[in-house]
Amino acid sequence: MRYITTFLILFLNWLIWSGMFDAFHISLGVISCALVTFLSHDLFFKEKLSYRNIVETVRFIKYIPWLLYQIVLSNIHVAYLVLHPKMPIEPSMVRLETELKKDLSLVAYANSITLTPGTITADIVDRKHYIVHCISKKVADDLLAGDMEKRIAHIFEEAGYKED
Amino acid sequence: MILTILSVLLIISGIFFFFTATVGLLRFPDFYCRMQATGKGDTLGALLCLSGIAVYNLSDGFTLSSVLVSIKIMLIAFFIFIANPTATHAITRAGLNAGVKPLMKEDLQK
Repeated sequence: MRYITTFLILFLNWLIWSGMFDAFHISLGVISCALVTFLSHDLFFKEKLSYRNIVETVRFIKYIPWLLYQIVLSNIHVAYLVLHPKMPIEPSMVRLETELKKDLSLVAYANSITLTPGTITADIVDRKHYIVHCISKKVADDLLAGDMEKRIAHIFEEAGYKED
Repeated sequence: MILTILSVLLIISGIFFFFTATVGLLRFPDFYCRMQATGKGDTLGALLCLSGIAVYNLSDGFTLSSVLVSIKIMLIAFFIFIANPTATHAITRAGLNAGVKPLMKEDLQK
């Protein structure tokens, strides 16, 4: 199952990037995708595929529009800070506790924090705390409200979080 | 025609965010605040500009080759979306490890 999924993902990428659909190029693609799949099938999916992976993928795709909306909102906030004549920034380092356990959800949360403007994840300490640099009080309050963490936990079905 | 107008709007708003990122880089007082301005404004600016280009590419009609080119442009945007926050985080962490002191709001009020 892992072999087939990896092969299909690779082959889809081949088709998009090559853009030539004659027999010669497609057969080249099949050969090279099969070779790469054979050599590195355990790279994409470490564990066996299950129903959970599909659920996580669908939920992650649903999460992206919300993330984009947040990015636009907070980018406008940063643009306001930059263009304001007095530049009302209040930089601070926030220590943010997290309940997330899995590698993937920790990475997704850290990247989401960094993507929303006004906050940068500087470090993860002992997989329990994030050190986050915030540029104004508003973004720090938004972050400490923990809305984003709940959404991430929902995507990856972390233990200890109730489903809404 | 509609697609052209849409792409112009997207590119103009993208350039606006690039502009604020650059102004922020020049105006903000310390290392971390400057990372804030550039790391983020660039991501959204690049995303908007690239989607504008992708939409403009479709304005001559939806053929297989033009759709493929648009998909490739959006894949570039996706790559920037993954790579840019990672790079921002890496630079910030390097600064923290090297002992660059972050400027706090108490310092600003002096």
